[in-house]
Amino acid sequence: MNDRRFNVLLSFAALVIVFIFAGFLFTLVVQSLPAAKQEGAAFLYGSEWNPVTTRFGALPFIIGTLMTSAIALVIAIPLSLSAGIVMGEYVNSGWIRSVLNTLINVLASIPSVVFGLWGIEVVIPLVRKLALLVGAPPYGAGILSASLVLAIMIIPYMSSMTREALVNVPAGLREGAFALGLTKQEVVTGIALPFAKKSIFAGILLSLGRALGETMAVTMLIGNATRIPKSLFSLGNTLASVIASQFNEAASEVHRSAMMGLALILLVITMIAGWFGRTLMSKGMGAYGK
Amino acid sequence: MKRNAVSKSLVLLALFAVGLTSALGAQTLLGSGATFPAPAYTKMFDEYYKLTGVRVNYQGIGSSGGLKNVQDRVVDFGGTDSFIKDGDFSKYPGAVVHIPTVIGAIVVTYNLPGNPKLRFTSDVVANIYLGKITRWNDKAIADLNPNVKLPSLAIMPVYRSDGSGTTFNFTAYLSAVSAEWKSKVGNANSVSWPVGQGAAQNAGVAGVVKQTQGTIGYVELAYANQNSMPVATIKNSSGNWIDPSLASTSAAAAGAFPADTRIVLVNPDAREGYPISSLTWLVVYREQNYGNRSREQAEQLAKLLWWMIHDGQQYVTALDYATLPPPAVKAAEAIVKSITYNGQALVK
Amino acid sequence: MENNVFAGQYKGRKRKDILFRVAVLVPAGIVVALLFLIMAQVVVNGGKALNLDFFFQQQKPFGEVGGGIVQAIVGTLMVLAVAIVIALPFSLLTSLYLYEHKGSKRADGLLNVVNTLQGIPSIVIGVVIYTWVVVPLRTFSAFAGGIALSIVMLPLMISMIKESLDMVPVSYLEAALALGVPRWRAVVEIVVPAAASGILEATGLGIARATGETAPLIFTSFGNPFLSLNFGGPVSALPLVIYEYIKSPYDDWHQKAWGAALLLVLFVLSLNLFIGTRKKR
Repeated sequence: MNDRRFNVLLSFAALVIVFIFAGFLFTLVVQSLPAAKQEGAAFLYGSEWNPVTTRFGALPFIIGTLMTSAIALVIAIPLSLSAGIVMGEYVNSGWIRSVLNTLINVLASIPSVVFGLWGIEVVIPLVRKLALLVGAPPYGAGILSASLVLAIMIIPYMSSMTREALVNVPAGLREGAFALGLTKQEVVTGIALPFAKKSIFAGILLSLGRALGETMAVTMLIGNATRIPKSLFSLGNTLASVIASQFNEAASEVHRSAMMGLALILLVITMIAGWFGRTLMSKGMGAYGK
Repeated sequence: MKRNAVSKSLVLLALFAVGLTSALGAQTLLGSGATFPAPAYTKMFDEYYKLTGVRVNYQGIGSSGGLKNVQDRVVDFGGTDSFIKDGDFSKYPGAVVHIPTVIGAIVVTYNLPGNPKLRFTSDVVANIYLGKITRWNDKAIADLNPNVKLPSLAIMPVYRSDGSGTTFNFTAYLSAVSAEWKSKVGNANSVSWPVGQGAAQNAGVAGVVKQTQGTIGYVELAYANQNSMPVATIKNSSGNWIDPSLASTSAAAAGAFPADTRIVLVNPDAREGYPISSLTWLVVYREQNYGNRSREQAEQLAKLLWWMIHDGQQYVTALDYATLPPPAVKAAEAIVKSITYNGQALVK
Repeated sequence: MENNVFAGQYKGRKRKDILFRVAVLVPAGIVVALLFLIMAQVVVNGGKALNLDFFFQQQKPFGEVGGGIVQAIVGTLMVLAVAIVIALPFSLLTSLYLYEHKGSKRADGLLNVVNTLQGIPSIVIGVVIYTWVVVPLRTFSAFAGGIALSIVMLPLMISMIKESLDMVPVSYLEAALALGVPRWRAVVEIVVPAAASGILEATGLGIARATGETAPLIFTSFGNPFLSLNFGGPVSALPLVIYEYIKSPYDDWHQKAWGAALLLVLFVLSLNLFIGTRKKR
């Protein structure tokens, strides 16, 4: 081993990583070509997904994915912002801080399938009761159940990013504000949050990226219906859940290729959300020459 | 760091060695597919393991999944209740054969307070799944069940979200008894269901129905029985009210069997036959020497198949699956004997 | 001071301060309460399933009560072993590449690729590995499952190890170089050991993340009711068993699903706590 061989070894590893990524894209693109050829752009906006008539329109799943992620964000944002603000601004004693951090980390490490398990036993019966109150068919499963559990899954992620963003606000800004007699609330809403705005928003985008790709809990709670969901209590499917349900058995070439096409769409939208989030994050961090 | 890498590789080597020896020591066979016969198969394979020490790993992923795995040649055999159609044989890289194993009943199960025993005619079942009957106390259901107090709950049909032979046979039945179903939805492993909730595998449908009041679903009899779920009495084409049972399922299967055993048993002519009965098969390649398959592996498979159609049959009746009638056994024997390795028959 | 014109304003501001404090503490409290609720449910329901059979017996036929999930416990360990054996060296070497070429365009590009890989949904990983490994090898295997899991672990471990390497004071490296040590040895024998606790943390978190993954295993390691030590064949895993059992109507399987969930959560929790305590040192 010498310097040159060492660098070759490192470059090899780096190349493998790049190849894995490129390989993923290549495999997905090539394998989805048959379906793309058959459907054309209708693959994206077609609302009929029918293996019998071999019509493959992904619209129901795209809508299902967007609906569940959007509702999950709407629920998670206020909860995560509050938790992040409490952790970043209000908790100053050492042991509470580490307990809260541990709690959030624990929530973040619970696997998706366990959330699905909990959702089946706890959330679905609750949503069923709610549906009865509102007059909707009381399946229990559906968009609302999936979104609720999805929200709980992204809260830890979003809260820690909010906390990090707030903790990184320069102490000088804060202390100056306090010196001028501002109340705690005024410092938080008037100084810290505006400063951390970009990073917090980046955290939201990154959490969105996670929500879009979330598979197991959603598959277990969303009801597996291949229709465009019309209400909160509708059953539906997301891109990830329909892949999990149908990939193993797509026997015809077009069906198989359509599944790969769905995987490709999923990959692209998570990549876009992630890319936006990361760009925003770096902009947010660099604001005051940290 | 280097030392760590060396010890890591040693551990890996050791693990591979262990794996290799266990692979050599205990024979294993891998199958996947239909969940319709899974209670019968898992029972059979458990007994086979006790008898011979051979481990048969069967994963219930639905008939379409099993056939896909056979196409990809990643399993020793595939299970399906929906036989391969003539036009689809070209999808397989080699000639495949169907070996029938057991006969079961697709029951209509439901979840209502008090678990009443209900009667359905074929058009009521079709109309429920078409979405035309939406409440349990609808006149059509009440007329058939005058002694039952039906609640005004919404009917929530449950169907298979995965490609399923059970769906194939259920929709075959609905297509046979309802012209509207035949034109609107059709008959296949996966269809576009007008209403309802999807669940994966027989177990999933049974699971949803068991936990949700007001639901109705189609599952194999064993799943309903094992979970004390109510089962509907269905009027068959002869006009008789038939309960799914060992007897009525066997009655539905009484009759001629084609040589390749590909037959659909729904809506039979038999007077006492249960109208939604179904045969199920294992699909294997006729020529077993493909992709580095060892002769030993092929022999084990042939032995298993032979056992399943003979001694293995005794274990399924306790689960209310009907055994193969003599014409089916004869046809199956001929098929198993036609399985070869390098052209030589494995079972004489 | 009371007659000060600002006093009235101050009361209003003070009120807003208190209201805000309540407004953030309540939702934060809800989050904490939710966590305790979920954990309590897992412990209570899961605890009912734990007995000797659960840990040492294999799966019984459909509908039969009893048996256990030993095949899933061992299977999880097997796929994790494969995943670590692949992910640890690769993430270490890739992080070293990023360290050595810090600031270069290639390193920035590589970092972008790594970050993008992190966002790939694990179901997509499972689907691609089925095509790359399962079909060509003509078998489902713990090996394929481990490869899929390693791809899940890699981006996470690379970013964390890179951070640990960056935190090693540059003076260590410079001192070694000044003494005439070849660069590769300085990096491998000085910088890497100095980042050891960070590398350990990265490995621990990678394992924690991979243990709970279900989707990549559905199409790769497939599942097995029998205990198997064969890496070249299908194996079960804790998340697979949870997924299969909870869908079914069998009460016995439901109980076992909770038990498996409890094992998973305990395992992941202890990993996190272990890393947490090591960090403090």
